[in-house]
Amino acid sequence: MNAQTTSSVKTKNTRPVKVRKTSRVKRRTNLSAYGFVAPFLIIFFLMLFIPLAYSGYISLFIERIVGGINFVGLENYARAIEDPRFHEGLGRTALILLIQVPIMLGLALIFALALDSGYARGSNLLRLLIFMPYAVPSVVSTLMWGYMYGQNFGLVGQLATSIGLPAPDLLSPGVILFSIMNIVTWAFVGYNMIIMYSALKAIPSEVYEAAEIDGASQFRLAWSIKIPALRPALLLTTIFSVIGSFQIFVEPSLLSPLAPSAIGQSFTPNYYAYNLAFVNSELNYAAAIAFSLGVVIMIVSYAVQLSTQRKRVAE
Amino acid sequence: MVKLHRKVIGSAAMFSAAGLVLAGCAAADEDATSGGEVEVVDQSAFEEALSTPTELTMWAWVPDIQNQVDMFMEEYPAIDVTVENVGQGLDHYTAIRTALSAGSGAPDVVQMELQYIASFDVTNDLLDLAAYGAGDLEDDFVPWVWNQVTAGERVLAIPQDSGPMGNLYRQDIMEAAGVTTPPATWEEYAEAAQAVRDNTDSYISNLPSGQAGQWVGLLWQAGAKPFGFDGDSGVTVNVNSDRAKEVVTYWEELIKNDLVSTDPDFTDEWYQGLNQGLYAGWLTAAWAPVFLSGAAEDTSGLWRAAPLPQWGEGENVSGNWGGSSSAVLSATENPIAAYELARWINMDQEPALAFATEQFLFPTANSVLADPAWLEQEPEFYGNQRVNEVFADISESVDVEFQWLPYMDFAYSSFNETMGVEIDAKGDLSAGLDAWQEALVEYGEQQGFSVNE
Repeated sequence: MNAQTTSSVKTKNTRPVKVRKTSRVKRRTNLSAYGFVAPFLIIFFLMLFIPLAYSGYISLFIERIVGGINFVGLENYARAIEDPRFHEGLGRTALILLIQVPIMLGLALIFALALDSGYARGSNLLRLLIFMPYAVPSVVSTLMWGYMYGQNFGLVGQLATSIGLPAPDLLSPGVILFSIMNIVTWAFVGYNMIIMYSALKAIPSEVYEAAEIDGASQFRLAWSIKIPALRPALLLTTIFSVIGSFQIFVEPSLLSPLAPSAIGQSFTPNYYAYNLAFVNSELNYAAAIAFSLGVVIMIVSYAVQLSTQRKRVAE
Repeated sequence: MVKLHRKVIGSAAMFSAAGLVLAGCAAADEDATSGGEVEVVDQSAFEEALSTPTELTMWAWVPDIQNQVDMFMEEYPAIDVTVENVGQGLDHYTAIRTALSAGSGAPDVVQMELQYIASFDVTNDLLDLAAYGAGDLEDDFVPWVWNQVTAGERVLAIPQDSGPMGNLYRQDIMEAAGVTTPPATWEEYAEAAQAVRDNTDSYISNLPSGQAGQWVGLLWQAGAKPFGFDGDSGVTVNVNSDRAKEVVTYWEELIKNDLVSTDPDFTDEWYQGLNQGLYAGWLTAAWAPVFLSGAAEDTSGLWRAAPLPQWGEGENVSGNWGGSSSAVLSATENPIAAYELARWINMDQEPALAFATEQFLFPTANSVLADPAWLEQEPEFYGNQRVNEVFADISESVDVEFQWLPYMDFAYSSFNETMGVEIDAKGDLSAGLDAWQEALVEYGEQQGFSVNE
């Protein structure tokens, strides 16, 4: 139809009206497309864009209890860049990134490969069991772990005492970060495993058949076929984990009553922003911290993505 | 009930008399009232406001406060009160702040813990109730509590409950340790702590590193004046005074020698510790006896109550931990009805006594403190000891002059990061106080206060 109209126009008229004519049709198509995405756009605008713009706006002011609100430009951001407490929180997040994320993704990968190999018996049940912690709301799982961590009457402490060991204080300042990493790993291994497992399921079986004919072992299959095929899934889970680590909030906020001196206001950047806004009544600075955190997350996620892309190009 | 009515009418008459006098000279007096006398709203305005159909909202988290509100609505049928529970503690105050800055949706009357009054006064969010005659209520309340809700001539809230501090202890464990009478001085308490540790598996008490309110109560007893606020923009921060350091040095010794534990409170571990006799005592507030009898049911009959040990022999002083009031927000459109709600539920004998006997709030009104129905209770949990009598006596011994900072949220949270860290590390508590001082001064200056050290 399109080609027809254009050709007829061409014969009748040398002037380039064809642009206008096709665009009317196109416009109608576009319009209905916009109609379909409109609900998303409206909600996106109302629920995400406006609040973001608003917090960006208020991050340019300072409100003091005495003295009211003043415009200060980027002063809050200058403070954030120099704020040792913000750095400290970012440092903890970096530790989580370097220690917890590899452990969690490694475990998820091992589980996914093991389940996919077909040698694990009752793999459906196992898959469900490994995934189940993810279905437990993080509030519940944190409370549960907090209870188990208790030194005198908690599960870990009582087990240690029953075999004659001193009860470890898993909520003490030096250890609490690792206790939190443990909770996060427990909760998210299953989730990451499912993503990797579905990616494995998408590998066409002809590839395996060919490999088997060539005499490849299960290990060789995993190393040379499955893991390379998993690269997009690994990238995805890594980026999710990076963002997730930066946004850790529930765990410190619920464990802080159990370990009030080990978890300070600025334990993680997100928790810091919350405390600034609702405990210290420094709403404006909290907005600046949140924005700065967003920038850091974008940089780190982009760096992760870029480094994996470069690898691919190198190959 | 007849008696109560007479009382209401009596005070109404008094209001109207004062109202007439003031109304008579109000016009001429307008310029001259700057100094002393508070102008009180006309009684006819009261009558009109209380008989006009009005809707009020109250935010509070006291369980079953609806009972008191129902009594109020029976007394004043024209007024319709909605009670909302928007959360406890921090959540509650955050919701109030949010509603106030949004400019709509704020309640008329709010529950307000004593240490938060200054925080809302500094932003001018509390209605001065003196203008509605609250100044005349002074003699109906315990003096130190009254001091907590007033600033000069201004009355910022009506007291609801308080938490004068005493010593709840396990008589059986203390006796097993050879301590037959509750320690009268802190020196004796330290000796008893050693005896408990030597002869039993318990600690004489648990003093949590994260419970700033309890620590401040102990400073309060010792006469330290860590905070001050002039009602405008001047604050005093003196948490590391010599007196405060004496107090924490005493505890530092006990903590270092493992004679008291410092576990976080109100956690599963802590409840277990109370039930299983890990803690042989609790230096706590007057709201605790009833709470404890629910939290440590297994140990019923074994507990007793006594006043806090004293710093000097023969002294009788206590501090306070916790306590609430009912405040009226200045944003209210119905100040008279809101004031009457705050006053009536906390002062009229029927609702106020019910707070004490049914909701187990520790009373602040003299009439309830003297009421035998409350005073002479003999709870089994405490071996039929008249615990309320013990705490009613303690309430009279609380140091009157104690003030708060207009930023206690920050103060308590920074306590955890300074003092709390030192306590948990069994470290130098005086250094902890110094660090706390520094954090409070820095924050105060950053918020635009002129800070007095």
